[in-house]
Amino acid sequence: MSNILSYIWLVPLLPLIGFLINGLGRNFLSKAMVSIVGCGVLLASFVVSVYFFMSVKEGNHDVVKLFDFITAGKLSIPFEFQVDALSSLFLLIITGVGFLIHLYSTAYMHEESNAHYARYFAYLNLFVFSMLLLVLGGNYVIMFIGWEGVGLCSYLLIGYWFKNTDYNNAARKAFIMNRIGDLGFLLAVFWIIQQFGSVSFGEVFANAEGKSTAILTGITLLLFVGATGKSAQIPLYTWLPDAMAGPTPVSALIHAATMVTAGIYMIARSNVMYTLAPVSQTVVAVVGLATAIFAATIAIKQNDIKKVLAYSTVSQLGYMFLGLGVGAYTGAVFHVMTHAFFKALLFLGAGSVIHAMHHEQDIRNMGGLKKKLPITHLTFLLGCIAIAGIPPFSGFFSKDEILAAAYEASPVYWILGVAGAMMTAFYMFRLYATTFLGNFRGTEEQEHHLHESPWAMTVPLIVLAILAVVGGFVGIPKVFAENAHSLENFLSPIFADSEKLIKERTPLSHSTEYGLMGISVGLALFAILYAVNRFSKKPEMEDASGFGKVLANKWYVDEIYDAIIGKPLKAISKFFNNVIEKSGIDGFVNGIGEGVQYASRQLRLLQSGQVGSYILLMVLGMIILMVVQFFIK
Amino acid sequence: MPIYNYIYVALTLFCIGVAGVLTRRNAIIIFMCIELMLNAVNLLLVAFSKMHYATAVANAPGTTVGTDAQLFVFFIMVVAAAEVSVGLAIIVMMYRNTHSIDINFLNRLKH
Repeated sequence: MSNILSYIWLVPLLPLIGFLINGLGRNFLSKAMVSIVGCGVLLASFVVSVYFFMSVKEGNHDVVKLFDFITAGKLSIPFEFQVDALSSLFLLIITGVGFLIHLYSTAYMHEESNAHYARYFAYLNLFVFSMLLLVLGGNYVIMFIGWEGVGLCSYLLIGYWFKNTDYNNAARKAFIMNRIGDLGFLLAVFWIIQQFGSVSFGEVFANAEGKSTAILTGITLLLFVGATGKSAQIPLYTWLPDAMAGPTPVSALIHAATMVTAGIYMIARSNVMYTLAPVSQTVVAVVGLATAIFAATIAIKQNDIKKVLAYSTVSQLGYMFLGLGVGAYTGAVFHVMTHAFFKALLFLGAGSVIHAMHHEQDIRNMGGLKKKLPITHLTFLLGCIAIAGIPPFSGFFSKDEILAAAYEASPVYWILGVAGAMMTAFYMFRLYATTFLGNFRGTEEQEHHLHESPWAMTVPLIVLAILAVVGGFVGIPKVFAENAHSLENFLSPIFADSEKLIKERTPLSHSTEYGLMGISVGLALFAILYAVNRFSKKPEMEDASGFGKVLANKWYVDEIYDAIIGKPLKAISKFFNNVIEKSGIDGFVNGIGEGVQYASRQLRLLQSGQVGSYILLMVLGMIILMVVQFFIK
Repeated sequence: MPIYNYIYVALTLFCIGVAGVLTRRNAIIIFMCIELMLNAVNLLLVAFSKMHYATAVANAPGTTVGTDAQLFVFFIMVVAAAEVSVGLAIIVMMYRNTHSIDINFLNRLKH
């Protein structure tokens, strides 16, 4: 049975083929062909993934070695794929949600010209390919290839409309922020090579227990730096909201299926090392929690429909890191999954709204879209309920699992986490109420053109809405039913080593857990009712003032970064350019040139052309030689 | 006759040759001065050869030690004769081209 798993390379290969076909044939393929290829390879990949998932579910797991990738001295890095519960689950999320987004894109991007349409799908396929490589990689180096691949593709897709300078700047920002994180990841990989002599997951984790805590803390912190870049955590999160410059389905792809989950996946994969380094765990938890709350406060005052969703992604990613930090690895992966469903749903819903509104993104100019866009409205509402954490929607189960684990670690985590969750509910329903309820506030022309989106856009919405509603039932917590958490059972082999290492915690009593759930759900419901009540009739039209202005301007983080990093860097560059470069380096180089020229001009005079003088010099030379000879001996 | 007499003569001849090459402009005279230097060296070779031979014969009669330099001088003379012919030919060509054998006309290298 296990040799069936050796065909796992099919999963990433298919999107790569799609990328090659669409990328090379972009000038002569018709849109229909591009759509069929682009979506077809993803669908095929998804079907294959389901097959492998079923196989893994029966208990198979394997490391498939394809060929030797790097061999240098004692170090050997094979090109290997790891097929187990964690990677197969991510395969399903990536290819499944990815396929829906591809399908959606066929309608959303229809206005583009043929070549650009094909370019878009080529990038999209490459993106999925990179992400599959990332999660399938059997060692840190293969993971790093995918890691860089998604960074590149995000750059290409955020800057897809490359004629707009702002979009290009957003793309560059994403790339540079990611590169900062990648440096941490790369250093961690080098350190792992130096310590373990191997980068394969199996070997590294098996030997991790023998290493000192200080080394593991260093390695895990560096890995976490990589994760903060890729998964948009403080301090490297600012690229993600700017990434809204890309087409909306790309935002959905980045936020839900690929890219930002990479950091979560990497830490979940390296769970043994993190469990052995408690300091790193605390750092992860604190950074995650801080990001969750920080981003949530910003989201409250944003007026761009995509910006709100972007900050909510940053915030939700913070929850996932909180889960990882307190040792709730299953909870974090569970939240990745449910988040993929409802965040893809929300983004695609937002895309549908933007499509209907002719690229209007400011929610202040919307309102009352409920009647005109019934399917979008309903699915968006379901997504909002799911992300707000109302039972029995999917977001409730995963968020509750993380919060319960946080309470076990420290009640302070829980209080802050619930505060963040309440803000989540508030800003999501502020968004919902302002967009879909009340009266229409756009121009008459926009109102005239309002229309429900074509089937290629609504079908993914419906599928994702169903998943967002029922997706939580794979992880029913123990208080409701023993052994009903099928996801935990499925993932248990991955986290078994960590579970052993984690000291026996006294599980929360059922009454406490019910109480915690009740409080968080109650607060979320309160926030929802308050938001709907307040914003459906009278949305915030004027610009925020006072503290609200600080939030609307994202705590001025971009400005602060610019002031403490950007501006000094520019000043230093200017100094180096004007002083060091011009008078130092240029002076040195030019000085050498001028010196040589001057010296040769003087030496040239010796070549008088007079035979007599040559002979005289020759004789003088001989005499000098003789004198030297005479005295030296 | 002591060896240093020969050395003085050879040195004088050589210096005359060098001085001639440096100061004269007539190509033929320069040429002759070069020959003078050459022959100064020949003279030294022969003189030292005779000196070594004399001491060697006094110790062991019938030996030929020290005579090779005298043979060497013949070679030098032959090569010098060949060289003279080439050199004179050059001077003839030079005269044909410039109608002069003043070497100061030979400054074309400069340009």
